[in-house]
Amino acid sequence: MSIQLSAEPIAHVMSPVPCRILSVEQELEDTYTLEVEPPGSDWGFLPGQYTMLYAFGIGEVPISISGDPADTTKIVQTIRAVGAVTDALVGLKPGDFVGVRGPFGTSWDTKAAEGRDVLIVAGGVGLAPLRPVIYDVLNNRDRYENVTLMYGARSPGDLLFASQIHEWRGRFDIEVLITVDQADQNWRGPVGVVTSLVGRSSYDGDTAVAFVCGPEVMMRFTIQTLERGGITDDRLYVSMERNMKCGIGLCGHCQLGKFFLCKDGPVMTCAQMAGSCWIREV
Amino acid sequence: MSELFEVLVGQPFFKGMTDEQIRTIAETARLVSFDEGSVIFVEGGPARMSYLILEGDIALTLRTQEHGSKIIQTLHRGDFLGWSWMYPPYRWNFDSSCQSDVKAIQFDGPALKKIALADPQLGYEMMRRFTEIIVTRMQALRIQLLDVYSTFR
Repeated sequence: MSIQLSAEPIAHVMSPVPCRILSVEQELEDTYTLEVEPPGSDWGFLPGQYTMLYAFGIGEVPISISGDPADTTKIVQTIRAVGAVTDALVGLKPGDFVGVRGPFGTSWDTKAAEGRDVLIVAGGVGLAPLRPVIYDVLNNRDRYENVTLMYGARSPGDLLFASQIHEWRGRFDIEVLITVDQADQNWRGPVGVVTSLVGRSSYDGDTAVAFVCGPEVMMRFTIQTLERGGITDDRLYVSMERNMKCGIGLCGHCQLGKFFLCKDGPVMTCAQMAGSCWIREV
Repeated sequence: MSELFEVLVGQPFFKGMTDEQIRTIAETARLVSFDEGSVIFVEGGPARMSYLILEGDIALTLRTQEHGSKIIQTLHRGDFLGWSWMYPPYRWNFDSSCQSDVKAIQFDGPALKKIALADPQLGYEMMRRFTEIIVTRMQALRIQLLDVYSTFR
């Protein structure tokens, strides 16, 4: 009896597909955006999803997709260098290869926001996973009522996608409110936490939908502020992060309460999370 | 006076107060304006006034030896500026300057205190509102102190 090995590689959700780096752009001192050739012609993703990026020989990390969901010619991922794997990823050059698995995870429910005011609240590098929502909403602008981006960063020099923020500010169909935690006297804009921006925007608290992403403590206080403004838990979406390893709900590293964030998240509503999250021990 | 009353009635800070209470407070107030770049008060100066911003942006700044002047917070339309007149040593704790042209209602702090002493119910209403502002700002400053956006390696 002979065994014939297939000449075709076996596609498996745990096998990284080597994809070519198309470009690497430095956004901030420690933050870079990689554009990567997609693994196939059927590539696509939903806003809020992530891939597992593998730096060959080093390791694999979950990275949010930060590009335009309408553009399937490339995978755009914004990476903050905080350790060995991300250091390796941002050190790659065009023409190098990175392993890609995914996309994984749940998405920002822009459908639920149709016909309503949309609040997009981002803190720091949390703007990266929210940028696909901004693209999606602006690409289909007539489906939404008032659209507001509220973005907080550490300092003026830490504003991510600064040139794009300027571009959005120049539009008449999106309100862009920016604040920083600290600034010198050359800064002419607001200084304060991002929650201070919520009271400065107009939205219908009875119907608006909010998408929030950033450090967890920032999200906690933003949620409190938005709830005081009338937005109920089922209309409040957050992107939760824990250590993700498999991406498919197998290993349990990302478990948060009864959820595996790699597949039940990262995007969840506060209503889903009630009782499971914001618990000190969890 | 009636113009000031109309302006105050529309402000969220005074929501829930009676017209009579608002008229009493209005007696301590006047409309003021500042040009962009004006200094409203400096750290260490005598604190006698409170301001309710109607238009414009104000920066609160602390001077440091090592880092120069740092903006610690900005205030905008609807925000209250200044309550150091409430407590000794009645001195400002930071500098305050205008990032833009500013229109505000200026309240006489000692006069507000006299009103509060004469009418404890009104005094309570004012303190309750000021306390809420102070707590909200303190909470926000705590989050700023955490420096949540910095990188941890």
